[in-house]
Amino acid sequence: MTSTLQTPRPESGASPIASSLRGRQLPRWVPPALTAAAVLLALVGVFGPVGAWLVLVGWCVAAVIPIWSLAVEGSRKAMDRLVTLLVSTAFAITLFPLGSILATVVSRGAPVLSSEFFTYSMRNIVGEGGGIYHALMGTLLITAAAAAISIPIGLFTAIYLIEYGDGTRLAGWIRFLVDVMTGIPSIVAGLFAYALFVIFFGPGVRMGVGGAVALSVLMIPVVVRSCEEMLKLVPNELREASYALGVPKWRTIVKVVLPTALAGIVTGVTLAIARVIGETAPLLVIAGLTDSVNFNLFDGRMATLPVFTYFSIIVPGVPPGPSIERAWGAALVLLIIVMLLNLAARLVSYFFSPKGER
Amino acid sequence: MAKSIDVSDLDIYYGDFLAVEGVTIPIAARSVTAFIGPSGCGKSTFLRSLNRMHEVIRGARVDGKVLIDGQDLYADDMDPVNVRRLIGMVFQRPNPFPTMSIAENVLAGQRLNSKRMKKKEADDIVERSLRSAGLWNEVKDRLDRPGSGLSGGQQQRLCIARAIATQPEVLLMDEPCSALDPISTSIIEDLIHELKTDYTIVIVTHNMQQAARVSDTTAFFNLAGVGQPGRLIEHGDTSMMFSNPEDPATEAYIQGRFG
Ligand SMILES: Nc1ncnc2c1ncn2[C@@H]1O[C@H](COP(=O)(O)OP(=O)(O)OP(=O)(O)O)[C@@H](O)[C@H]1O
Ligand SMILES: [Mg+2]
Repeated sequence: MTSTLQTPRPESGASPIASSLRGRQLPRWVPPALTAAAVLLALVGVFGPVGAWLVLVGWCVAAVIPIWSLAVEGSRKAMDRLVTLLVSTAFAITLFPLGSILATVVSRGAPVLSSEFFTYSMRNIVGEGGGIYHALMGTLLITAAAAAISIPIGLFTAIYLIEYGDGTRLAGWIRFLVDVMTGIPSIVAGLFAYALFVIFFGPGVRMGVGGAVALSVLMIPVVVRSCEEMLKLVPNELREASYALGVPKWRTIVKVVLPTALAGIVTGVTLAIARVIGETAPLLVIAGLTDSVNFNLFDGRMATLPVFTYFSIIVPGVPPGPSIERAWGAALVLLIIVMLLNLAARLVSYFFSPKGER
Repeated sequence: MAKSIDVSDLDIYYGDFLAVEGVTIPIAARSVTAFIGPSGCGKSTFLRSLNRMHEVIRGARVDGKVLIDGQDLYADDMDPVNVRRLIGMVFQRPNPFPTMSIAENVLAGQRLNSKRMKKKEADDIVERSLRSAGLWNEVKDRLDRPGSGLSGGQQQRLCIARAIATQPEVLLMDEPCSALDPISTSIIEDLIHELKTDYTIVIVTHNMQQAARVSDTTAFFNLAGVGQPGRLIEHGDTSMMFSNPEDPATEAYIQGRFG
């Protein structure tokens, strides 16, 4: 071995090993140039006057890259470029509805936003004016109550599943039931809450807290699942390190496991909140709608943004214009809240994750 | 202060798998005992059964007696938490707490148990423990930085500092130097020499020279074959074990002619 390395064969020069390491390549400018052309064509197709068929043309332009690559670079790189193309296409297709929704909601909802819109309820308002103050407060209160119910239950369930019950039959059943719960249709959750409250308060009951219970039914499985995943990520070595210092199990969970998983847990919970805050069906059933502000979760109907939006569109009144505008405004506010929650989740996971490994 | 340990006829299981069989060994107080033997023969398993860390693993259990100063560790009324406070441990792989700073890591034994301390007292413990572990000079300017930001060897010394900060009576060390450079290794060996005046120390090592250097007693573990339980082949005075062991397998292992 060493001798061949030390005495290079004079006649071969540097070429044999060097050329076996190099491969033929597309000209450097080709992939970016074709990609740019394709994106441009697609944008013109979507926004321009020519027609949506240009998107297809753009895609065909991009599809030239893998074909050309197959001819020049060989099959491995061509496959790489083909998969890149497919993944980017899938990405663009997913982005499209998102972009479309955002554009529509912002363009129709933004003009409605005003200080009156945020500070007035719909009490005694006919036609123009009024606002979503009552629905905004209702949404915040009901979601906060739902979080207050779901987070402890969900977190404790996850702690049981990972720290105490792992591998036991009971834990297996709980996991299974949580999975089943994930699939409960939201309207069923609403009907469950309604049925539950009817037992205590008689038929026709409407209560904010009922909405919170319905949302909890939807939120608990999400919280359990995300907390469980996060607790699973905590390395066993940390638990053992803590036990070896003579720390009891519960203190280990409270002071070692939970802090280590905190960022993930908070992120998961925030996303779970974002997930249920836009629920309409269950609130329609149990929280109902009212025109005035109601801060009392335990007394009567409570307006919420999704339900408010729904009724503003379905029963706009005469003339329908202002009501429909308010619906778009409410939808935009809801969207902004969800975005803020997502942003908060991002920030939390950035600032709370264990330091030094980032 | 230091305690002696008496193990008699200990079988250690992972579920149905018998990992270590029939170990009987006395471990003298204020001495260093080294466990040597090939990989997978159950040194770590046996070590973990000495402070009831073994049962932390689901399905793991032991049969037999471990007496510490005459008290059976596995008696029904023994609290494993108290046992572990008495018998500290350093693991094979460094495991500092990622959410804690270097100083907090050293104080973890006190802090996690919510023991109240004056700041002065806490600072003293941090400095003393880090000095003993040979880490003080490297980290004294960044005690409030995360412990996981240290190098692997520094992390291991941090874990050693953490284990001695609670002043256990027995210290179990599972290959504490396997990730360390020769300089830190000799610091740790000095530490072991120092500690043995007050503590009982049990150390697992793959390094024969280290076993010869630090230990008073050496125990050799071996596997009869794949899937067979590990056994204690022989134990005795380190100089005797290294100069003329009774069992030919011990001699072969120590001289590096194995298998
Ligand atoms: N958590 C576990 N579950 C099941 N079996 C285990 C577990 N940990 C170890 N074992 C088995 O127990 C036996 C002894 O392992 P142990 O870790 O004690 O070996 P060791 O002597 O410390 O080896 P090394 O020198 O490589 O650290 C091995 O056969 C191993 O596969
Ligand atoms: Mg080991």
